Amino acid sequence: MTLQLTEQQPIVRARTSFEKNLDLFFIGLTRICAFSIAGVLVFIAIQVFIQSIPAIQTFGLGFIFQQEWDPVKERYGVLPMIYGTLATSFIGLLLAVPTGIGTAIFLSENFLPIPVRTVLVFLIELLAAIPSVVYGLWGIYVLIPLINPLGHWLHTNFGWIPFFSTDAAGPGLMPAGIVVTIMILPTITAISRDSLASLPPELRQASIGLGGTRWETIFRVLLPAAFSGIVGAIMLGLGRAMGETMAVTMLIGNSNKIGASLFAPGNTIASLLANQFAEASGLQVSALMYAGFILFIITLAVNAIAQRIVLRVQKI
Amino acid sequence: MSLTRTSNDPRTLLGNFFTVLAGALVTISIIPLLAVLSYVLIKGASRLNLDLLTQLPPPPMVPGGGIANAMVGTLVMVGLATLISVPIGIAAAVFLAEFSTPHTASWIRFSTNVLNGVPSIILGVFAYAALVVTTKTFSAYAGAAALSILMLPIIIRTTDEALQIVPQEIRWASVGVGASKYQTVLQVVLPAALPTILTGTTLAIARASGETAPLIFTALFTQFWPNSLSQPTPSLAVLVYNFATVPFKNQQELAWAASLVLVFLVLTTSVVSRWFLRRKTF
Repeated sequence: MTLQLTEQQPIVRARTSFEKNLDLFFIGLTRICAFSIAGVLVFIAIQVFIQSIPAIQTFGLGFIFQQEWDPVKERYGVLPMIYGTLATSFIGLLLAVPTGIGTAIFLSENFLPIPVRTVLVFLIELLAAIPSVVYGLWGIYVLIPLINPLGHWLHTNFGWIPFFSTDAAGPGLMPAGIVVTIMILPTITAISRDSLASLPPELRQASIGLGGTRWETIFRVLLPAAFSGIVGAIMLGLGRAMGETMAVTMLIGNSNKIGASLFAPGNTIASLLANQFAEASGLQVSALMYAGFILFIITLAVNAIAQRIVLRVQKI
Repeated sequence: MSLTRTSNDPRTLLGNFFTVLAGALVTISIIPLLAVLSYVLIKGASRLNLDLLTQLPPPPMVPGGGIANAMVGTLVMVGLATLISVPIGIAAAVFLAEFSTPHTASWIRFSTNVLNGVPSIILGVFAYAALVVTTKTFSAYAGAAALSILMLPIIIRTTDEALQIVPQEIRWASVGVGASKYQTVLQVVLPAALPTILTGTTLAIARASGETAPLIFTALFTQFWPNSLSQPTPSLAVLVYNFATVPFKNQQELAWAASLVLVFLVLTTSVVSRWFLRRKTF
């Protein structure tokens, strides 16, 4: 049997210039889309900055140190909101860091069988999936009535401590801080757990082999080794805490005062924006844009640092 | 020195103490989830009926009513945001996984992660500056634009990861039989990664449906049916926010019912996508 290949239609042909251009066009298109992500970040910064120029010209840097927010007199300053943002984030971190790291340890070491761990990890991830506004609703009708008696008791018995110097009267820094805790807990837990789980098993084996108990291994070997990952997790949690809006707005009381008391109402930059933007006009819009720009820059910096740390850890 | 460790050794006791402590912390982490879910279920279920899904929200002091217009509004805005963010997100991920140099890719992945961390209220501020100020009206477009930026990083990340898992041999085989680059990507690589991409998109949609901050001053709210994309548009999330703080019992009940709808949506998508991701194609 002989094979006849002559005079057949060629099965291979050169690509036409149209097809080559189509290929280049396709790659170019995906490139534009990819670069547009970085573009969006820059565009957000520019847009918000342009809108805040009138306020920047009027108030300058004094905006950050000014305590008044008065749309009638057109005098604006965000010091109370910066204080509230930092205070709620701090309460959130104070409660979420130990809880999150403890949870991460418990779910990354072999305390529980793997199927149970998978379910628990999933449940904690679900915490992050519940919409912020639902936490706010829950906070108003469940959390505040729950912690008010505690606040009242602390005020009557320990009122001389500045933190408890006002009576719990409903919304305030404390309920807002607790909801922030719940909302950043999944972030801190997940990334701490990742960095603990990705440690080489040799570390554990060596430590146990030298006679260390499980918890000595965790405290003296695993936690120090995963330290930078955990710091990254905390930074990401901080970024999330500072930008958290709806639940905080519904629970913080929205009063532009600075006070040490944990049960007094306060305000954050994010909740200021949420409360006032829809009805603002004139210079107030610009002042709100300025406040938004400050929040954007702070969270951008925190997130960028956190990403750097987490990326470096993931490379190891 | 003995090599055995007794059960009342201080080191053992300390270890047991920390085990109990860590277990307690896990329990503390789970409690809020169960508390929120049970309250939403108990308080929201009383209003789960046909009226909820077909009626407009009532004015104060009027009984009954539903959240139908908010459901339509959420559907429209999230749909629009999906139409914007899915093509751009998938194309960007294709560039990252298929065509870029490692250096460029690392920078764009970094930007994607940073964009993911931008507070959602800032996206609202941005949409307000870019669309509400220029068009002088609150609109579904502005809300959808803010939501689409929120969805982009989620879609890019999941698609990027999905594409990286597709084995290199499949691309070689495709190129080997004469396919060009776009044919390889569109007809071979993307179909192989489709289940994961769909999962990512679903998660992004679920996340966007529950977001309030980007909508309160871009799409605003209305008690009526939304009849144009360039007018204020109601949404479930903003309805919960608005009705949570009014002193009327009927409105508060509707807020709980709307929360139940949102939470149900988020939970089902999370569970389904989990189950979907388990069945790996490769």
